[in-house]
Amino acid sequence: MKGRPNNIHAKQLTRRSFVGVGSLAIAAIPATVTAEEMRTLGAARREYGERSQFERAARLFPSASSTPMTGASRSPLQDQFGIITPSALHFERHHSGVPTIDPATHELAIHGLVERPQRFTMSLLKRLPSVSRIHFIECGGNAGREHRGNPGATVQQSHGLVSCSEWTGVRLSRLLAEVGLKPSARWILAEGADASRHARSIPLAKALDDVLVAYGQNGEALRPEQGYPLRLLVPGWEGNVSVKWLHRLHVIDQPMMTRDEAASYTDLMPDGKARSFSFEMESNSVITSPSGGQQLEGRGWIEISGLAWSGRGRIEQVDVSTDGGRTWGQAELQAPVLSKAFTRFRLPWRWDGQEAVLVSRSRDETGYIQPTREAIVAARGTKEGPDGFNHYNGMKPWRLTREGMVTHV
Amino acid sequence: MFSMRSGLFLLVATVAAADPALHSSSDGAVPYNLGKPLTNDQIAAIDISVLPNGEGLPDGKGSGREGAKVYATHCAACHGDQGEGRGDFVALVGGRGTLSSNQPVLTVGSYWPTATTVFDYIRRAMPYNTPGVLTTNEVYAVTAWILEKNQIVAPGTVLDRHALLKVSMPNEEGFVPDPRPDLAR
Repeated sequence: MKGRPNNIHAKQLTRRSFVGVGSLAIAAIPATVTAEEMRTLGAARREYGERSQFERAARLFPSASSTPMTGASRSPLQDQFGIITPSALHFERHHSGVPTIDPATHELAIHGLVERPQRFTMSLLKRLPSVSRIHFIECGGNAGREHRGNPGATVQQSHGLVSCSEWTGVRLSRLLAEVGLKPSARWILAEGADASRHARSIPLAKALDDVLVAYGQNGEALRPEQGYPLRLLVPGWEGNVSVKWLHRLHVIDQPMMTRDEAASYTDLMPDGKARSFSFEMESNSVITSPSGGQQLEGRGWIEISGLAWSGRGRIEQVDVSTDGGRTWGQAELQAPVLSKAFTRFRLPWRWDGQEAVLVSRSRDETGYIQPTREAIVAARGTKEGPDGFNHYNGMKPWRLTREGMVTHV
Repeated sequence: MFSMRSGLFLLVATVAAADPALHSSSDGAVPYNLGKPLTNDQIAAIDISVLPNGEGLPDGKGSGREGAKVYATHCAACHGDQGEGRGDFVALVGGRGTLSSNQPVLTVGSYWPTATTVFDYIRRAMPYNTPGVLTTNEVYAVTAWILEKNQIVAPGTVLDRHALLKVSMPNEEGFVPDPRPDLAR
């Protein structure tokens, strides 16, 4: 949001004066817009497009790590327009590095409590009926540092473990119909072909509802970091269950209690008990513009814009406050509003140059309203699980100083 | 590929004859029968699942004494000589009785609810740099060492597929189902 309105304004004025005043005025016009200069030709065609050399949006991850092949990179939500995260900027999370998998030899095996154990090559999977769906994926630990009381200075630091893509693939229910479920089937274990053979158990009801076995992302094949050539896509649930590099589905009658469901991704409560199998990511929202680290260049109209999402369905309403939550205005939601997908919200606002605290609050179609951090801490305390906090969805305020600086609160 | 004209003809003909091979919906119960059969041998070659009821636990055995050597070779560099953890690498030992305190220490011994998870995770994902390098006996052995260090099994215990199933984890009753939405409006 740096200076763009001013530049447009200046350009329009210059052109108008050039056209209106005529050749006598040319001497008064800045040298940059004067003569017809010899123009050089642009770049040639290329087989695979790259973004402009002037664009700098990038994922964020610690530069030093004792385990560089594990960990996460965060998506630059402050730079995203609309609801689709560019594939190259989709957040990453993996436990043992990104494997290199040749799709010509990759197979998905389905076995266990099924009538006909089968394996599917990629080309066979692509012969089955396909669907495309727009869904967010959010790491269970997204914004956990906000729960801890160590707020991120930028929206990328605080909320960058969520992204949204159009995914294309086969419905898992279709594949389960192919192999035929036995009556005792209750859970599906999904396993990846990464070095650590990441695995999670998914209840059969969800598997038969809206889960995809996806090979496409935003119109092309999955990116390697997103599971190339095949991944599970479990809409609305903590990202860890959307197993990437999917190579095996094991139909079982009980959850397998893999480490990531038995210990990690559990939520430790004040009484020492822990919640487990907390799958859904609850209704959330965050203002991405203006957001932490940005600078407003003077008072006047700006557009407050952000993203809202819910693992339980569609976003129904987003309210925005500029006084830290004392008063609220209803933001406009960009249509179409899709279930378990990013929803872009916008609200024009005239900044009077005074200090302000900007915050958004979402409500989803179940009537659930995004809580404050205080409400979450009151209900769940501040004890971290084995891998930190999970399932945090508190409102995120940004402070706007009189100088136009946006900082965390 | 067939031509458009013959394709249209085919469409009309099959609809008229109500040919079940032409599905109008991807949700049809009739299988497309595209998958290749998966044989028992092929399943055995890829199936590393271990369930809490013991299903999938392989033959083999190991003791904590043997596990100490495996641990020293493959695990101690990251998790510390006695499983105490080091830097980014989590502690495996200790923390019993701390979960309801203000300083909970979450380890395999204090937190994990199922013993089969320990075996499964080590075989599946450890050692971090070279997962899959341990033999089945070594996985049983290092599992025994970790459980012994946590005083969950007695010194000298030999773990195999039967003994592992009898192990009772201290925090096996420590988990509750997801109660959300749990916040008042």
